[in-house]
Order: sequence, then structure tokens, then C-alpha cells
Amino acid sequence: MRCSLRLSLLVVLALTGCSKSGGESSAPSSVTLLNVSYDPTRELYADVNAAFAKHWEATHGQKVSIKQSHGGSGKQARAVIDGLDADVVTLALAYDVDMLHDKASLIPDGWQARLAHNSAPYTSTIVFVVRKGNPKGIRDWDDLIREGVSVITPNPKTSGGARWNYLAAWGHALRKPGGTEESARAFVGALFRNVPVLDSGARGATTTFAERGLGDVLIAWENEAFLLTDEVGKERFEIIVPSVSILAEPPVALVDRNVDKRGTRVVAEAYLQFLYSEEGQRLAAKHHYRPRSEAVALKHGARFPKVTLFTIDEVFGGWRKAQAAHFDDGGVFDRIYVPQAR
Amino acid sequence: MAPRSRRHVLPGFRLSLGLTWAYVGLLVLIPLSSLFLKTFSLTWPQFWETVTAPRALAAYKLSFSASLAAALANVVFGLLVAWVLVRYRFPGRSLVESLVDLPFALPTAVAGLTLTTLFSSKGWYGQYLEAWGLKVAYTSVGVAVALTFIGLPFVVRTVQPVLEDIDVDVEEAAATLGATPWQTFTRVLFPAIVPALLSGFTLAFARALGEYGSVVFISGNMPLRTEIVPLLIVTKLEQYDYAGATAIAVVMLLASFLLLLAVNLLQRWSHRRLEARSRA
Repeated sequence: MRCSLRLSLLVVLALTGCSKSGGESSAPSSVTLLNVSYDPTRELYADVNAAFAKHWEATHGQKVSIKQSHGGSGKQARAVIDGLDADVVTLALAYDVDMLHDKASLIPDGWQARLAHNSAPYTSTIVFVVRKGNPKGIRDWDDLIREGVSVITPNPKTSGGARWNYLAAWGHALRKPGGTEESARAFVGALFRNVPVLDSGARGATTTFAERGLGDVLIAWENEAFLLTDEVGKERFEIIVPSVSILAEPPVALVDRNVDKRGTRVVAEAYLQFLYSEEGQRLAAKHHYRPRSEAVALKHGARFPKVTLFTIDEVFGGWRKAQAAHFDDGGVFDRIYVPQAR
Repeated sequence: MAPRSRRHVLPGFRLSLGLTWAYVGLLVLIPLSSLFLKTFSLTWPQFWETVTAPRALAAYKLSFSASLAAALANVVFGLLVAWVLVRYRFPGRSLVESLVDLPFALPTAVAGLTLTTLFSSKGWYGQYLEAWGLKVAYTSVGVAVALTFIGLPFVVRTVQPVLEDIDVDVEEAAATLGATPWQTFTRVLFPAIVPALLSGFTLAFARALGEYGSVVFISGNMPLRTEIVPLLIVTKLEQYDYAGATAIAVVMLLASFLLLLAVNLLQRWSHRRLEARSRA
């Protein structure tokens, strides 16, 4: 018993040692990657992983199997900070990736400039889903603060995705003619007073709207909105695209400390680059994310209507600032709910 | 305490005591102390401000009152269910018996989603309840409903074995001595089951305080109105405010510990009274 235990330990040591020292030239015949992602990308990455494995084996003769982990974006980032061996992270917002640097120095500070397009190979935006026939006549952001319109959006304190919803609303109000911080604050306050329930996550909010019949309009990521109309029912819901919205950039990043420990840097880098390839872009579009590639976007042009999009850097000066000003305790979002402020 | 004077079923008093300490230490004591240590990264005024913020106070109030209501409801109805299961033979008894355990086994998120579907204004229960003016889903009542659901098995399963141990003879003896059924219940049966009932209450209450998964679906998570303490902790974690999250957790932990201690003392007292009476 003891002998075989010692033997298996040796084998394990030999294997890990081998993968550590072996560069890609003397690469082992198979390698595994762990992609730690957020909730709605499950189907996208199932496709991407299969396609990348095929591509990598054809070009490098090495089998690669990619494991996926999904959950709320913040929760996933904390798992990586606490030691989950992710080779790459593909999360909902850059703030969560920033924390991999700030809290655990797993990645360098300038991580977002390492890949093209702010390290976001695909994007999305924030749109509205209304009930068929649009009974409340909702066309744009200003309709959401009308008396008697009930809006469903998840809690931005617990849902990374919902922070994009909130920032989209803020940006709209700020960029309106005559818009100021003050008018934006008033707009967002009025909007959230029309929100009867704050689900803890985006899927929860979708369920509240679609299954419980609560609310007149759901604020959602475009890819989630497409899922709802495609899979739950075109005859029950329609998508309303507002005149202006935010460019949601879910970023991807290599986790340097982990890939160096595991000796997977080259393949992990190739994996992220693959997301920018034509095939990766096509798969992103197939799963309702807006591709960065003009050529691929053109093919799906009808799906992705033109919207004036602003970025978080333009309006808020980046995620760290947006998080501190709006979502941290005592920030603008909290003050909406302080009773005296009403 | 003298291990050698009496024969014990488990050999090696010292070994088993050592293992007990190691087990409880590794699983409970060390994780909890690390929790306390984490809060030391806050200064005292920061700590105080975090744990007494209006939102935190509202959340403590909701968590404790809803858990208390749920545990009390389970004491009443759990006792009833246990009684029926022990004393009567009826068709479908074994079905009820296994249904009681279901809240243990069901993933809490599933429970939360199901309850919300039932109690929302278009659900099977909700449409009638709202006609009566009672809103359950997305209110504090909904929180209590979810906590009642997850706490049900605790009372039933702690009271049941005790009830099984009480012979029907005891009741008959009481009757022949001239006791009315009400007297038989209050003076003979009830004192015997109080300790078990208290444990069941404690378990259900403690479980309810920590519950997150099922509640977040039915509560609606509105700040100051339907936020439970575990949700507040999660929102702090989402801001990577580990120290703030642990500060709230520590307050919750201390409060629960004191409450559980009080219940345990109460239980010991009632047990002693029972023994004194049976000796008399």
C-alpha cells in the first residue's frame, strides 16, 4: 500500500516537473487549460473550446482540453484570487480582472493593453426587452422613468452585469443635451424607484421578468435578450434598442502567475488570440455577442442594429473610478435608497 | 470523568477526546478565528460604522425576526407532523415521512425559485393570497416562508424519536389517574418533549440565520426592506471588501452564539426540572 502510494507520488512529481520544465518544443502530448468565466458564456465557450482544440491539434499536434468554470463574475474573480488555478479568465467587467492585480498580483497592472480592443474580443450592449406588442410604448431610456412603468434589472451591488445596465442609464442621462452629474443622479434615482425587485443576478432578473410576469421592461445585455426572444419565445417578447447605450466590453486575460507555474503560457495565449480569429469571432456572433471583426459583423449586420455607443473610459474614466463612485458602500447607488433622499 | 472505573463503548478516552478537539478545532475553531482576525484590519470606528450602518441594522432585524418566526412556526407544525407520524398509521404515511426530509436534500436555489413561482402574483398561491391583500413574494413575509420551508425537517426529526420513546401506557396511566386529555398533554407529554423541541427550534433557527440560496430569490433584495444579512455580506464581497464582510459576519456570529447559548441553558434547565420531577 505504502509503496504504491510513494510510487504514485513520484509519478505525480515527475508529471508536474515535466510540464514545468518542458517548453512547447518538448511539449507533452496533451495539456489542459482552465477558463474561469462568468455565467452567460457557458454555451459560447463550449463551442470555442471545441474549435480551438481542433485548431491547436492541427497546428501543433498537441491535444488540449479546456475546462470551464462559470459563476457570477465577482465570485469567479475571488475564486482565482483565493487560488483557483485559472490559466485564463473571461469575465463580465474589467474591474473584476483589475482585482486579480490589486488583491493578489496575479497579473501585471497594464493587462488590458496586452490584447487588442481593450482585451475584449467581443462586445455587447444594453438593450430593453418588453412584452409583445410593447403595451407601454417603451422606445428609449426616458420612457423607463415614466410613472407606472415597472422596470426589472438586477442588483448592481451583487451582479457585475447589472453594473453595465446602471452605467448605461447614467451615461444616457449625462450625455443628453444639458445633462449634468446632478440630472444623471436624478434620472438613475427615478429609474430605480420604478424597480420593484432587485434580483441578485442577471438570470434571476430574466426569470422574474419572463416567468413571473413581473415588470413592463427588462434591462438586459443584448446577448441575453436574444437568448430570451430566441429560446423562450419570439411571440412573447420583443427587443427595443435605445438610441444610445454603453459598449459592454467583457474582458479576457491571461493569468500570468498561474500559466508560468503550470507551463501553459504559449497555449493559453494562443487560446485568447483564437477569440480574435475569424472563427472565434464567428462563434461570438453566433452566441449573440457583437464581434470586433468588421467582416464578421457585416454578415450578422441585421442582428446587431446600429446604436450610438459610449465606453466606460469615455464617460466614467474607467472601471475603478466607476466602481468607487457608484457601487461601493455609500456610493451613488446606495444613496438612491437612503430614505431622506426621497 | 474517571475513564477506567467504568467501561466505555469507545476505547481510549484520551484518544477520542483528542480527536474531538482536533476535529472541532480544524472544522470550526480555526476557520472562525481566521474570520475574527480578518476584521482586525479595520479600525474600531470603521468596524463600528460598518456594523451599525442603517442597512446593516435593517438586515439584522429582518434576518433575526424572519428566522424566529420561521423557527416558531416549525415548532408548532413540526410537532404536529411528528405527532401524527408517530401516533397514527394511515395510507401515505411513508410518503409524508420521506417528504419531510426533502427540504434537506433540495438545492436551496431550487427551493427559492419554486417558492417564488408559487407565491408571486401570478402563481398558484400568490393569486389567491393577493386577492386577500397579502403579498408574500418580494416581501419580508416571503423571507419567512422560505426559511420555514428549509427549517421544517429539523423540528420533526428531533421530536420524532422522543415521541416514539413515550409509551402509550404513560398516557393511559395518566387517564386512569383521572387526568383530562389536556392535563395529560401539558403535564405528562409536553414536559418530556420540551428538550427535543428546543433543540429542533435551535437547529431550525440557526439554519435560517445563515440561509442565502433560497431567500435571495423570494426576497427581492430591496435595500432597507428585504435585504437579509447574508446578502449584505455577499454585496460587500462583490466590492472586494473582505474586512467589511467579515465584520458583519462576526456580529451575526456573536449574536447567534449568544442566542444558541441561551437556548442551550434553557434546555438544560428544563431537562433538570424534568428529572427532578420524575425523581419526586
